[in-house]
Amino acid sequence: MNSGRCAACKHLRRRCLSDCIFSPYFPPNNPRRFAYVHKIYGASNVGKILKDLPVSRRAEAADSLYYEAYCRIKDPVYGCVGLITILHQQIYNAQWQLDRIQAEIAALSTTTDHRSQSEVQQVENVGSSFLPDQNGVHDSNSFYDISNWFD
Amino acid sequence: MGGGSSPCASCKLLRRRCAKDCIFAPYFPPDDPHKFAIVHKVFGASNVSKMLQELPVHQRGDAVSSLVYEANARMRDPVYGCVGAISYLQNQVSQLQMQLAVAQAEILCIQMQQEQPPAAMVGLPPPPQDEKSSLLLATNNFNSLQQCLGFASTSTSVMQDPLKRESLWT
Repeated sequence: MNSGRCAACKHLRRRCLSDCIFSPYFPPNNPRRFAYVHKIYGASNVGKILKDLPVSRRAEAADSLYYEAYCRIKDPVYGCVGLITILHQQIYNAQWQLDRIQAEIAALSTTTDHRSQSEVQQVENVGSSFLPDQNGVHDSNSFYDISNWFD
Repeated sequence: MGGGSSPCASCKLLRRRCAKDCIFAPYFPPDDPHKFAIVHKVFGASNVSKMLQELPVHQRGDAVSSLVYEANARMRDPVYGCVGAISYLQNQVSQLQMQLAVAQAEILCIQMQQEQPPAAMVGLPPPPQDEKSSLLLATNNFNSLQQCLGFASTSTSVMQDPLKRESLWT
């Protein structure tokens, strides 16, 4: 028995050749990884998928196949499509909340602008009351006590 | 083929007799051969049959739909399949959550500004006794918004390796 077999060849009970397509991506210390992939896709299909890819992309492909197989075993009805549905819903909810808050900000900003404008107008009115009239006389009745602003 | 009824897409592709209790027939009608072809290519007829047999009948339709979706995704993107879409969507969720946090901080700042005394709003020289408190309040508002904006602008991109399993496994 070749004790250096990859997880795939161990699972399939066959000799692990030096050019085994699975061995770089299914190490013997993680038998579950190949078991899941084999259960969902089958060794033959996984081998075909990997062979059709350039060597530089095979590791990522093996990882994504493992992830999808894991999701399918956890959720036999929806697999990873269930997660996609949940993410779409989260995006919808977050966008709705964001739109609502931005509308609120716009409304509050408008209120702030109106208040600022009316306060500026008040200040101008106050300021003008300190100016003497055309005869150089201050109108004491229009004196505006600002000391209570800072209570 | 007996009885004159047309075999389902699966049995047509597999070139076998379509039995009355064929597990594929309800989900792979003969007028859509591509649907089964793609599922067979990615998963294999035998594996699909086993998966369907392990499910109650009322869930098999949904299972077939999701398998077709995954198979299509894998054909479009042989490296990442559905995982590419998941990674993209997770990134969108993160970005929206950041935008929400910024917007929420902004609305808080606006509300705090509206509660300030008018002197601070119109730029009148603050009275000596409250100068420090007005400035402190304005500074705090500015800092909290700045913190949020700083957080949003300096946070690292979430377009990480799509196979970052720690984030995808939840």
